[in-house]
Amino acid sequence: MSVATVLEEEETRSLEAREFGFWVYLMTDAIIFALLFATYVVLSKNSAAGPTSNELFDLRHTAVETALLLLSSLTFGMATIAMTAGRAGRVVLWLIVTLALGLGFLAMELLEFHGMIAKGGGPEVSGFLSAFFTLVGTHGLHVAFGALGIVVMTGQVLIKGLTLPVRSRLIRLGLFWHFLDIVWIGIFSVIYLPGVM
Amino acid sequence: MLGRLTVDALPFYSWVAMGGAAVTVGGGIAVFLLITYLRAWKVLWTDWLTSVDHKKIGIMYVVLALVMLVRGFVDALMMRAQQAIALNSEGYLPPEHFEQIFSSHGTIMIFFVAMPFLTGLINIIVPQQIGARDVAFPFLNSVSLWLTAAGAALVLVSLVVGKFSQAGWTGYPPYSGIEYSPGVGVDYWLWALIVSGIGSTLAGINFIVTIVKNRCPGMTYMRMPLFTWTTLCISVLIAFAFPGLTVVAAELTLDRTLGFHFFTNGDGGNMMMFANLLWIWGHPEVYILILPAFGIFSEVVATFSRKRLFGYTSLVYATACIALLSFTVWLHHFFTMGSSSNVNAVFGIATMIIAVPTGVKIFDWLFTLYRGRIEFHPSMVYTIGFMVTFVIGGVTGVLLALPPADYLMHNSTFLVAHFHNMLIPGALFGYFAGLNYWFPKAFGFKLDAKWGIRSFWCWFIGFYLAFMPLYVLGFMGMSRRMEHYADPNWQPYLVVAAIGALCVLAGIACIAIQLYVSAKTWGSARDITGDPWNGRTLEWATSSPAAPYNFAVLPEVHGLDAFHDMKLAGEAYRPPQKYEDIVMPKSTWIGPVLGALAFGLGFAFVWYIWWLVALCFVLSLVCVGIRACDDDTDFVLPAAEVARIETERLAQISPADLHDMRDFLPRGAASGAPLPGTV
Repeated sequence: MSVATVLEEEETRSLEAREFGFWVYLMTDAIIFALLFATYVVLSKNSAAGPTSNELFDLRHTAVETALLLLSSLTFGMATIAMTAGRAGRVVLWLIVTLALGLGFLAMELLEFHGMIAKGGGPEVSGFLSAFFTLVGTHGLHVAFGALGIVVMTGQVLIKGLTLPVRSRLIRLGLFWHFLDIVWIGIFSVIYLPGVM
Repeated sequence: MLGRLTVDALPFYSWVAMGGAAVTVGGGIAVFLLITYLRAWKVLWTDWLTSVDHKKIGIMYVVLALVMLVRGFVDALMMRAQQAIALNSEGYLPPEHFEQIFSSHGTIMIFFVAMPFLTGLINIIVPQQIGARDVAFPFLNSVSLWLTAAGAALVLVSLVVGKFSQAGWTGYPPYSGIEYSPGVGVDYWLWALIVSGIGSTLAGINFIVTIVKNRCPGMTYMRMPLFTWTTLCISVLIAFAFPGLTVVAAELTLDRTLGFHFFTNGDGGNMMMFANLLWIWGHPEVYILILPAFGIFSEVVATFSRKRLFGYTSLVYATACIALLSFTVWLHHFFTMGSSSNVNAVFGIATMIIAVPTGVKIFDWLFTLYRGRIEFHPSMVYTIGFMVTFVIGGVTGVLLALPPADYLMHNSTFLVAHFHNMLIPGALFGYFAGLNYWFPKAFGFKLDAKWGIRSFWCWFIGFYLAFMPLYVLGFMGMSRRMEHYADPNWQPYLVVAAIGALCVLAGIACIAIQLYVSAKTWGSARDITGDPWNGRTLEWATSSPAAPYNFAVLPEVHGLDAFHDMKLAGEAYRPPQKYEDIVMPKSTWIGPVLGALAFGLGFAFVWYIWWLVALCFVLSLVCVGIRACDDDTDFVLPAAEVARIETERLAQISPADLHDMRDFLPRGAASGAPLPGTV
């Protein structure tokens, strides 16, 4: 066996391990979110002298945010399909669409935060708002990291093409992105929906 | 520019604190000068700090643990000395300083002694036990190490720059909130926990994947050695529990730094949530510390009884049960919080149930000893000392699990005695047994047995002298963490406890002497065969120290005690038909640099130096980015080189060095039927 084949065999094996490892990592991240959800549920009624969720949440705004994020998951799926078809140009295109949707989501989230703080509902006002900003903000931070990952991976596809390691990284980034979608659905159902009821 | 960091941060407030700072700085300078004198900087950097070899990473973890053990023990000694003399007087330590000492003692012993010690032993041994060439993610392993080291460095730096937390190692709010602890101490504590906690989480992920994916052919789950099993269980516990620590520490940080209200007294905070979140991590953590030691005891007791481990399957199930149950008992840490009696009862019963699988283990070890040919190697002596002592701790634990009894003993020295009674024999004795047992595997020569036995007796006697009086004092009404007291009846017991601490000091000195003596006479205690104790599991099949790739050819396993079977069948030490190229991970500077950046980030956050926080954060992202784009992380060790190393090794082994396996063959009818479990 040549050195190149030995390396390639090892690489395949190690990439498999990385995908499994990434699932385990996502589990640990899910625990972080689970505990932040628990914190929120405990504190959600503790608005002290500050505004309550009814006064702060705007379901229409959240609906658009949700649409953007769910759509970005779909477009990432399209990028993955293009990747299996081996079409690097398409992958880049879909990644850029995903990035744009993700950044749109982030912009809307920041706008929402800004509006809440302007209305006297910043995180330092009450236990409820501390828990809200921490949970939604942690999710937003994850989306920001995901967006950074998309930038890096777009660069890698452009420069290296769809090599084995690049594909594996794309798949893992996709897992991360879809995971954030699932967390968002949780946020929508646990924070926003009961918050306006 | 420097946030709240000014010259006032230096410890000019007390002579004792200045002394501690001077020792820390002096120690640092001495190490620096020694390395410079030996011209070892380059070797240290290329062969050790940047290494991703699991054996070297493991050794560095254990070195970190031993250094921090000395630091944490000095704290213990100071507390014992203070309480021995502080009857109706201030003693020699002012309250603020005493509080720092008990806080750092707990923090250091849990996070920077026990965690790195067990992670180090796991790193050195588990890949070899499962017949693997490395862990699943060698680079991540290096990152884990350096994040742990960064956390330890934060605790050490707090001795010199600023103060450490005064809120105890559990840091309950509201006392640890910004209102009552406005200084930097709690922030040092929090960042040490966050940074090292992330390192531990990554290590947990790494070992789950390593054990699931990297086992050699034929090693099914029920053929894995017990130490590997306990590692798998605690890795799962780490992956599930440590994120909880990250969350609770981050929330308290937000409370303190940005004025959030998670755990504050007013404005909708809920301080009891802190106790819940902390112990959702904290109770599994107890088992994270203890289960690997159970694994070590299982290996040691089988090897030095010259028998197969009794009840392997029941030990595996007991381990898994304990791991599962460890998530169901966290509330027993705060029965007095005022949950309803039904809630307390549920958690009390769950707690008592854990004693059942633990009891199963004790009986399994006892039955392994039964009719074995016991050899009193230091690791075996530690194991027996553990069994005797741990049972006492278990019984007091069951007592504390009764909520009504707990109401009386809560936060008394009875509790302090109980958990030291679990962790010193249950965890530390196990790690020391592991140190004595696996030292030759890591360094190629045996540790001096005489000094090993002496260290055991000092620790054993010291433990009883130091902690049995605390049980009594708990019944006499003494609370934990008292800087001074007024009851003269307590003093004799506290003096005995202080003598116990001196005894433990002698035990630590014996370990230091043991290392020194063994290093000096290493030539006469060399382990040529790689199997100094006639071991049963695969880690003894490699050379001592193991080659970078561990196994030239991956072994094939047909049962439990794989290496024992190979020796019986005469298959051990046989050169293979042909050697193959082996892929190895390259060393990388990113691990230590990420550690340094994490330290910088934590330090800058503690002192509110925001530009430095941002800089360290961005540079960390750049490092991760560089690594994420790197496709050239491996190299190939050619077959010819592997053949050279292996031939050289096998040539050194003469048949006279090998263990006589005839004793282990099934006996004929004339000499009686073989005893069950002897082969």
